[in-house]
Amino acid sequence: MNILFLLIGVSFLAALIFLALFLWAVKSGQYDDTYTPSVRILFDDEELDNNNEEHLSK
Amino acid sequence: MEIQKFNYDDKTVRNFVLATLIWGLVALIVGLLAASQLAIPSLNFGIEFTSFGRVRPLHTNAVIFAFIGNAMFAGFYYSMQRVLKARLFNDVMSKIHFWGWQLVILLAAVTLLAGITTGKEYAELEWPVDILIAVVWVIFGWNMIGTILKRRVKHIYAAVWWYLATFIGIAVLHIVNSIEIPAGLFKSYPVWAGAQDAVVQWWYGHNAVAFFLTTPWLGVMYYFLPKAANRPIYSYQLSIVHFWTLIFLYMWAGPHHLLYQALPDWAQALGVTFSIMLIAPSWGGMINGLLTLRGAWDKVRDSAELKFMVVALTAYGMSTFEGPMMSLKSVNAISHFTDWTIAHTHIAGMAWNGGLIFGMFYWMIPRLFKTKLFSKKMANTHFWLATLGVLLFAIPLYWAGITQWLMLREYTADGLLAYPNFIETLVQILPMYFFRIVGGLLYFIGFVLFFVNMFKTMKTGKVVDEAVEAPALENTKPKHRDETYHRWIERKGVRFSILVFIALVIGGAVEIIPMVKVESNIPKIETVTPYSPLELTGRDIYVANGCYNCHSQQVRPLRYETDRYGEYSKIGEFVYDHPFQWGSRRTGPDLARTGYIGSSTYKTAIWHYNHFTNPYEMNPQSIMPTYSWFATKEVNLDEIPRKIRVMQMLGVPYPEGYDEKAVDDYMKEAAIIVANLKESGVDIEPTKEMIAMIAYLHKMGRDISPAGVKKYKESLEKSNK
Repeated sequence: MNILFLLIGVSFLAALIFLALFLWAVKSGQYDDTYTPSVRILFDDEELDNNNEEHLSK
Repeated sequence: MEIQKFNYDDKTVRNFVLATLIWGLVALIVGLLAASQLAIPSLNFGIEFTSFGRVRPLHTNAVIFAFIGNAMFAGFYYSMQRVLKARLFNDVMSKIHFWGWQLVILLAAVTLLAGITTGKEYAELEWPVDILIAVVWVIFGWNMIGTILKRRVKHIYAAVWWYLATFIGIAVLHIVNSIEIPAGLFKSYPVWAGAQDAVVQWWYGHNAVAFFLTTPWLGVMYYFLPKAANRPIYSYQLSIVHFWTLIFLYMWAGPHHLLYQALPDWAQALGVTFSIMLIAPSWGGMINGLLTLRGAWDKVRDSAELKFMVVALTAYGMSTFEGPMMSLKSVNAISHFTDWTIAHTHIAGMAWNGGLIFGMFYWMIPRLFKTKLFSKKMANTHFWLATLGVLLFAIPLYWAGITQWLMLREYTADGLLAYPNFIETLVQILPMYFFRIVGGLLYFIGFVLFFVNMFKTMKTGKVVDEAVEAPALENTKPKHRDETYHRWIERKGVRFSILVFIALVIGGAVEIIPMVKVESNIPKIETVTPYSPLELTGRDIYVANGCYNCHSQQVRPLRYETDRYGEYSKIGEFVYDHPFQWGSRRTGPDLARTGYIGSSTYKTAIWHYNHFTNPYEMNPQSIMPTYSWFATKEVNLDEIPRKIRVMQMLGVPYPEGYDEKAVDDYMKEAAIIVANLKESGVDIEPTKEMIAMIAYLHKMGRDISPAGVKKYKESLEKSNK
């Protein structure tokens, strides 16, 4: 079952890539602004009533 | 800063909305028919086009690709334009995407009922449709990535990552699982056989759940839930973490569909391990969704859309806990092949996907049409009907699944199976099949209310491509040293796609490549021979009629299975099976040993003849459809040489030039069965489908039985003289 060695090897490699990404992310401060985007989408104006009356009156 | 004026392409969104409503209705009606057929077999109507084996794939394909698929595109295109502040990339591409997808669905409906199928669950469509799907899918992806590239907001909002993962995931899965060699316009054989085909198929099957029923809907949740609640998502950070973990882990869990089956043990263990790990990122999504509503639960009380979303998230949380539990071998022994799995999938499909679709539509349609919802009361009634419907559907099936398993494994004090006849267990759970119809009916009535409510709402409004203004995006500055890495990737759609692609492919490759390349994983069995032309034809008829929807071909190494059916299945038995037909649900008994003389499932030719023409005569309580057309429908002998050539191409060791002799061999072998039936008083021509089916049923398991091989060889020699 040589395949197990390949399997462990590839899994280990994948884990290393993720570990590296994670460390880099933390170090480079990627979590500094993880708030603004979540609020920004709420600023779109989709008020029902305003538009509604305008269109119904047409 | 330059302010640009542009319009959203809301008409494309509207088209997908209309398609969702119409196909949703169709999908549920077909589902009701399929459920009713299991309780009342006369509803198969005795004709091939409406038999359960063809209706069930139509139901699953219609629900997944027509109902959920169209809703997904509607949600993507609506939200994507708004978070990216850009019109869809190309109007022509949007049109091709829409009409192309509807064409796929139409072709699916026609071909599946006509028996044109690859016989692989949720990937049943034949190669011309597969190519069309790939083309439409690439156009969709192109259109989406184009939109991302011309966006006016630097940051790509969380939802859009999930959409990208969906595009890439499905593209990879669809292409790999559809590698098949055509043997005519309506027939193809997958390049892999047996256990290898099974791994590829369930890698696909599992990840179709991931990338068609999970990732797009988490994306939809990340946009529509905050919008409907008017609250930012609970944790944007969590959305990043659980996105990466989820897409990486999902690819590895496929083998949990093949536990205790003819697959190397390490592959099974790998599937189980990753399934358990998946709880974490899955619950990340559920928690993030539910906690978004903290402080806003008063809104949930009044709003049908939020109620639907809450039920959807709860169902998602339950299903993603239940799924990993079902991946544990001891639990899987119960849930696999029983109605437990059907209950599980319907909680996810009806409550999670359905709930999000309804929630999204109740919020989006009034805004898209610039109007108000026609009736809040109808929407609330729909909510309760749907929720009760799901419960009434699922609980009886859990009950049925566990009851049947308890009966199948029951032994008498003498150490014999307490219920040796499979049908006894079926009769016991049949009342549950009626309850299921009631649950489905409630859900359906709710859907009709939704349907009416939506159309009434749309009538009072109108879709105009909404005009918007947004500042143009300045040229991307060189990467600033302080800028966070994830934000840097997010702004680069292409780079981001490549990273997602790599994460997905690592998972898939590790499982598939060794199975294809490494010989040692496929131990050969000397006595297992390729299918004779007659048996191969029978196998194709078996596939065309969707027998795999109710019958497995896989005896698990469990005492109550080997006692019931015979020797457990081995990898080497399936090396010529293009495609594998192990099945996933036993509504009827397993068929892996129907050719093994001495097995309880071995039956004579005349028994099969009578059973196909009228199963209820042989077994009054049977719920199998009649297959009386097997006795009258002709096999097209002209196709056989071509099929043999394709098989040779795939490595099946027929002697060189065998395609020329195949029809002769077909007739010789058919003559033996015809003579056998004649002794029992039945006159039938050798070219009818019935003969091929009987030959195929007598092939399964024969090769591992010395007595069976001997008898088969003797009868061939006798006919040669």
